[in-house]
Parts: sequence; structure tokens; C-alpha cells
Amino acid sequence: MLKSTFLKAVAATALSFSTWASAQAVDLQFYFPVAVGGKAAETIQELTNEYIAQNPGVNIDAVYAGSYQDTVAKAITASRGGNPPQLSVILSVDMFTLIDEDLIIPFDDYLTTDEDKKWVEGFYPAFMENSQTGGKTYGIPFQRSTPVLYWNKKAFKDAGLDPDVAPETWDEMVDFGKKLTKKDSSGNVTQWGVRIPSSGFPYWLFQGLAIENGAILANAEGNKTNFDDPKVVEALQFLVDLSTKHEVMAPGIIEWGATPKAFFEGQTAMMWTSTGNLTNVRSNAPFDFGVAMLPAKETRGAPTGGGNFYLFKGASDEQSKAAVEFVQWITAPEQAAKWTIATGYVAPRAETWDTDTMKAYTADFAPALVARDQLEFAKAELSTYQNQRVTGLFNDALASAITGKKDPATALKEAQEQADKILAEYR
Amino acid sequence: MTRTSETFDRVLNTGAAWALALIWVLPLAYAVWTAFHPAAYEARFELFAPLTLENFSKAWDAAPFARYFLNTFILVTMILAGQFFLCTLAAFAFARFEFPGRNILFALVLLQLLVMPDILMVENYKTMRLLNLVDTIPAIALPYIASGFGIFLLRQTFMTIPKELDEAARIEGASFLGVLWKVYIPLAKPTYLAYGLVSVSHHWNNFLWPLIVTNSVETRPVTVGLSIFSAIDSGIEWSVINAATLMTSGPLLIAFLLFQRQFVQSFMRAGIK
Amino acid sequence: MKMRALKLKRDWIHGWLLLMPALVFLFAFTHIPAITTLINSFFSTPRGRRSAKFIGLENYDRMVNDPVFWKVLWNNLWFAIGTIPASVGLAIVMALWVNEKLMGRGFVRMAYFTPTVLPLIAVANIWLFFFTPGFGLFDQITGFLFGWPASNYLGNPDTALNAIIVVTVWKEAGFFMIFYLAALQAIPVSLKEAAQIEGAGRWTIFWRITFPLLMPTTLFVCVNAVINSFRLVDHIFILTDGGPDNASALLLFYIYEVAFRFWETAYGATLTVALLALLSLLAIGQFFFFDRKVHYK
Repeated sequence: MLKSTFLKAVAATALSFSTWASAQAVDLQFYFPVAVGGKAAETIQELTNEYIAQNPGVNIDAVYAGSYQDTVAKAITASRGGNPPQLSVILSVDMFTLIDEDLIIPFDDYLTTDEDKKWVEGFYPAFMENSQTGGKTYGIPFQRSTPVLYWNKKAFKDAGLDPDVAPETWDEMVDFGKKLTKKDSSGNVTQWGVRIPSSGFPYWLFQGLAIENGAILANAEGNKTNFDDPKVVEALQFLVDLSTKHEVMAPGIIEWGATPKAFFEGQTAMMWTSTGNLTNVRSNAPFDFGVAMLPAKETRGAPTGGGNFYLFKGASDEQSKAAVEFVQWITAPEQAAKWTIATGYVAPRAETWDTDTMKAYTADFAPALVARDQLEFAKAELSTYQNQRVTGLFNDALASAITGKKDPATALKEAQEQADKILAEYR
Repeated sequence: MTRTSETFDRVLNTGAAWALALIWVLPLAYAVWTAFHPAAYEARFELFAPLTLENFSKAWDAAPFARYFLNTFILVTMILAGQFFLCTLAAFAFARFEFPGRNILFALVLLQLLVMPDILMVENYKTMRLLNLVDTIPAIALPYIASGFGIFLLRQTFMTIPKELDEAARIEGASFLGVLWKVYIPLAKPTYLAYGLVSVSHHWNNFLWPLIVTNSVETRPVTVGLSIFSAIDSGIEWSVINAATLMTSGPLLIAFLLFQRQFVQSFMRAGIK
Repeated sequence: MKMRALKLKRDWIHGWLLLMPALVFLFAFTHIPAITTLINSFFSTPRGRRSAKFIGLENYDRMVNDPVFWKVLWNNLWFAIGTIPASVGLAIVMALWVNEKLMGRGFVRMAYFTPTVLPLIAVANIWLFFFTPGFGLFDQITGFLFGWPASNYLGNPDTALNAIIVVTVWKEAGFFMIFYLAALQAIPVSLKEAAQIEGAGRWTIFWRITFPLLMPTTLFVCVNAVINSFRLVDHIFILTDGGPDNASALLLFYIYEVAFRFWETAYGATLTVALLALLSLLAIGQFFFFDRKVHYK
């Protein structure tokens, strides 16, 4: 008791001191994760410094906070400890979790003018699906990605396929895959047709298949999933069949992190992975490669992915206002172009693609446009209340089907039942 | 035992020891291979692959490693000094003093042997916030300074020291702290070395708590710098990760290679039991 | 009599004074938070504006009915069985080897020592490459030597945990070797020579002389190994992330997942209490064993 009173007194003194200090200039703390190799952290730091130089009244402390997972852990721990950042980039799918924890505030209170409202509308709608709920905007897209299909042109040529044509449909992908799968004299596969990684977060790429098959995994309110929808089952059956029936993909769980390397090494002729890999593939692939939209079943389709800006509770009005201004600046065309070129993330606003910098970049490197064009067919990434737990269940179900421990229908039915139990209280 | 069977025995042992050594050194060998070759040779082992230092410059540019290194050094030293000081005093009390509540307090100390501070992260963060220590090196160190393991280990060692030595020193007029300093600590040197090694290697590698409780370059340890390479959206770039690994563990490795004999000998002379 | 009472009083004060600093830290960062954890396990997880409610044993009920909990508990048991004897046994053998006159001893010793120097977070990535199907090191070797097809060690629920065990044994055996090596040096050569004169073979010498003399080290190492078998989970995050379908998840990994990914702090607290109970049992057993051994001397 005495200890806590003493500690509180110390804290109060410290707090009043820091409020006094912050009256001098607006201080912001901003957490960001890094999820791609290369210059991501450096670029954010540079952009922040540039902004501070232009705006002497604002001081922004950009804090590298580890992976996405680490960042949300850090933000929630700090908030619960009474020390939230004012601004953070966190996965767009964590929106419901952050609302549920009562940690974030919508941007709407600080976007009052018509100009501001227009600004929100300037983001690609596919990205906004994961950023708005209940008519409010909680997230502003920043480091957003989407999966695409990469293919090895040389391998296509060697297999007698047109090196400039990627599979348009599931059936074509299987056909191409059969031609591309090569075995050595003792019957061991030396090159697989396609590789859809399934380690860690299999739900993301699987969602591509589900959307293509016409299924939506969760509703927009984030309180109902459709894991046992027959179309989802069908999509999972297809994924399993790729290794077991068609034998065009390696069996078992396929490691995400080793996928680009497997592609470079000629272990697979096609791979599904994030646009976040564009820069990596461009600089390391020892052969000509192409980038295409994911193949279609009923329709084209892909999930979106990546991180949004969130405004945290507990900031002063002044701080939140300054944070919003900073977000508006860093997502503006010139800055966003710099960011996209450095990382391979998809610029979230149409106008960015019209800047001279981006035009020069895409003229030189056309594959960067594929992700943008695919956005037309993209849907929100799976996101619900208690998101990590629900997607965790779903991941386990997918893994058990992929490794042949359960059949797709049973695995998904069980996952749906468990998800229903968790989400019931949010309906 | 005949001479031939002894030779045979020796050859067999040498062979097995070498085989195991080769397996054990594989990760380091692979790290060296990839760090000095372009990324294209990460999975190809050709004798005449071109050499490069580019991976090191890439890794060096990715995070302020010089500063991180200094921070880790300060952190590990701070923790070790704190642990030695607090654990010595506590262990001495448990080993040589009679006082009420001794057994129950010792049980409480043992409990800490089991409670992983990582699990208590949210609570500990609150405490650091109250103490206004968030984003400082002491904040990383404090939860680990009173170590149940250290107290337990030193108590066991102190208890093996003959009481006669203790009494002899007291008769010569040494205070109880003097006895601790002149008799107990010198005789427990091996335990300090062993415990020090466990502690340093643990805190050198600790990642999550430092990441959460610190925000700035001035306070963060090397592991936070290394984590920047475990990016999940893109693939793993082994050449750069391994260059960073060699860079951060390099000083330790080189020190070991250079002073290998002295190191092992001093460790041995201390005769850890 | 009076003198004795006075000495006792002084002992009390000295004992308490010596303990005080350590206890302050222990209570502030371990016991008080641990008690909060225990209390939390009887409440629901507070979320946003809904504060925690007292729910009695509901969390414990959930734990008993949680298939994942039982799965990770079994995994952990298998992990302990797989890592502790193997790493301690290998550590002894390694130490014996480098303690003898061996060709290239410097290199062999350095090789055994490497796990201690390389941080686990970085090493895990290297092992990931070794295990990778197709172009991974192990597959390249087995493919070249025996013509084996690619093996997906980490992506198969039957082998994933074993792969994790291999990495752990590598890490631990190298570390424990150092303690054994030092202990071996402390054994007087004369003992061994005397035994040799009496015609004792190598095995007899090891089992009758060396091994018993290494006992205190073995106990020290075993305590460490047991604690580590519940604590070492860093590499799992990189190698398998607990998958496939929790096949390689351990108890602490699951606790981390529940508490810091699902943010179900109350349930995480409940699992922590279970882990603590388990470890306490082990510790009490070990402690009695350890204490007795030390008093033998």
C-alpha cells in the first residue's frame, strides 16, 4: 500500500513534468513494424526526419517495434501500462482487437472538412474494407500488400509453355504445373509446378483461393465467420489436391520464409507470395520472371494484407491532430512513391501512381502494376473480433487438412464451431 | 589391454569426436559461408564462388549495431554485477544465519527459479512505468537482478565451506562481512564463474522484454537489431542475417579463438564442481 | 545463556539485513506480479470497457477441456524426454573427448563451444535452412549420398517436434560441455593412474571414478536442463511457429500465444499457474535430491 502510494507520487511528479515539457512543442511517439527486408526501417526514419525538418512545431519519435506481432504486443503492453504511443502502424486485421481493447479512436473526429473527407475516399476501396467499421474510419492504409503469382519464364520455356503467359484459371495452373513438375532418374522431384506456402499464417494465401471460389470468410462486422461454407471446403480440397491428387506442389506444410529462395533455386516454377517480395525477387532471381494476378475460379480474387495507421487513445487533442497531419503527409503521392519503391508495398492511393517518380518506376518495372490492377478484385483480409484467436483456429484447421490429419470438411466444420463459440458474445 | 586394441580405441574415439565436432560447427560454418558470398550461393557450395563483403555493409547499415553492442555490454555487466551483489548477500544469510522465517523465505526464493519474468511482462511494464524507468537500460535489467537460481547456487556452495574456516576468521576479529569477503567469496569463485556464464549467455540473447520496455537506439540491445532481419513479408535473406550474426557474435568468437587456451585453463583452474 | 540469546538476536538482524536487498527485488518483480497472475486466473479477461468479473474456476474448467492444452503438455513432456538425457549425455562424452589428448583438440573444442556464442534468434534461421526441403542442407546431403527424396522435416506433424529437439540438443550439449570440462580438470590424475595400475579398464574407470566425481556437476546441469526444457521456446517462433496444427508447440509457447497474441490474459494466467504447479513439483523433487547429495560431502 505504502509502496504504491509512493510510486504514484513519483509517477505524478514525472507526469506533470512531462506535460510541462510537452507544452513547448507537440511530441509524438510513433511505433512502426518492419516486415520486409531492405530499407524499410531506414525509409520510415528518413521520411519522419524530413517531416520534422519541415514542421518545427512537431517532434516525432519513430520507434522500430519489431515484427507486426511484436508491435501490437508492445503497443498493447504500453497502453495497459499507461504509456500508449500516439500513433502506430499495426496490421489492418487487428482493428477489431484494438477496438475491443478500447485502445484506438476513429480518425473521423479529426477529419472534419470536406477536403479531409475526400482524402479518405482517395484510398483504394479494397484497402478501406479492413479500415472501417460501423461507419467510422479506424485505420489509414500505409504498408499494404496483396499476394500475386510469380513465375519463372525460363522454366516455362523449358517445359514448352509460352514464357509470357501465366495461368489464368485454377485448371490452367494445374495443367501448367503438371508440365512444369520435373523428376530425376530415381523419381525424386527436382522442380515443382507451383508453391503456395502454408507455414505460420496459411489463412492468408488460402483466402485467395476462397475468394476466387466465391466465398467470403467473415462478415464486415467481424462477428461471424463462414469457415464451413461448401465453397471454402471446395477451395481447401483444391489446395490439398495440388499435392495429393495433381502432384504439382510439395506435400506438407510449406515454409513461407524459404519460398523466394526455392523459386530462385528452381525448386518451383511458380510461387504465390506477397508483393512485399517484389524488390527481393527483382534483385535476386537469376532468370527472367513474370508477375501475374492470382488465377481465377469463379472470379479473380485476392485478400489484401499489411498494416494501417491507428490513432491511440490517451493522446491530447493537439497530439492527435498533429498525428493525423503527419499521416496525411506520409501517404501523400511523393512520400508514398518513395515508400513503394523502397519496399514493394502497394501505394494505397490512386494519385500516387500518376506521379512522375512512380511512372518512371513502373515504366522500368511493369510487374509493380499487377498488384494495383488486382485490387479491383481484392477483398478484405480475414478479420474478426478476437482476431488472432479465430484466425489461429482457422490456421490449425488448414494445417491439419494440408498434412492429411483431417479431411477438409471436418477440419473446417470444427473450426467454425469453435469460432462461433468465441464470437457469440459480439453479436 | 593390448597395444593394438588401444590404438584402435584411440582412432575410433578421435574419429567420433571429429564427426561430432563437424556436425556441431556446421551452423557456424554455414554462417561464414553465406556471409562472405553473394546471396546466389546461399544454397550452392562451390569451391570457387566469388567472395564479397557486401553482406556485412548491408547488415551494418540496417541498424546502429555499434551502439546496440555497447548497450548489450552495459546491460549484461549491470545484470551480472547486481546479481553477484544481491545473491551473495542473500545466499550468505541462508547458508550461515539462523533467523525466523528462513525456510519460508527460501521457498519463496526457489519459486523465482520457476517464474519466468517474460510471463509477468505486463505487470512489470506497469511497475517500470510507475518508477518512470521505461526506455532505460536499468528497466531491462531490474526484473532479473535478484535471481533465485543465483541465490540457490551460491547457498549450496557456501554450505559446503567448512565452518572451522569461518570460525577461525572470526576469532581473528573479522566482522561477518569480512568473513564473507575473505573466506566465502574466494572459495566460491568457481560457482561465480559458472553462474556468470549462464547469466551472460542468457541475457546476451534475451529479446522480447528489451524490445517491449525500450524505444530508442540508446537503450536497445543487439538482439533487437538482429530481429530486423527476421522480416516476415519477404523471404529470408540468409546472407545478410548471417553477416549480422557474425558481426554481433564476432567479438566473442574471436576472443575465444585467441584466448582459447587461457580461457579454458582459467576456467579449469577454478575447478568448477 | 545470555550470550547465546544475544548472538541469536544478532544473527536475526544480520540475516534479515543481508536478505533485504534481494527480497525487495524479488517481491517487486516476481512475487507481487505472480500473485496478481494467480488472482487474475479467477477472473474473466478485461477487455476495453468491460472490466474483469469474478468467475471462480471457469478458466480452470476451460483449461481441462482445452485439447490444445493437453497437446502442448504432452509435447512438452516428449520435448523434456528428448532433450534432457541426450544433451547431458552428449555433454559428458564431448567433455571426455576434449579432456584427452586428441588430434586437433583446439578445433574440436571450438566446435563444441559454438552454440554458446551464437544467439538463438540467428541460429534458428540457419537451422531453418538446414531443414528446408529440396535445397536445404540436409536434403542436399541425403540426396547426394543416398538419393533420398526431399523431406519436409518442419512441415510434417510427425517430425516437426523432433526437429526442434535436435536444435535444442545442439544448443544445450555444447553449453553443458563447458561445465563438465571444467569438472573433469578438477579430478586428480593420480586417481586415474592408481586405477590403471590396478588394471581397471576405461569403462570401469569412468563408471567407478569419473562419473561419481562428476555428480555435483550433473546435478547442476540437470537443474538447468529441466528449467530450459520449459523455457527454451525462442527458436520455435522462427522454425515452426508451433505448427503444423500445434504439433511443435510447447507449454510456454502456448502461454505466450494466449497471453500476447490472443490477449486472453486471464486464461494465460491460468495456464501459467498450471506451469508453475508442474515446475514446483519437479523442483521439490529435485531439490530434495540435490540437497541430500550436497550434504553427503
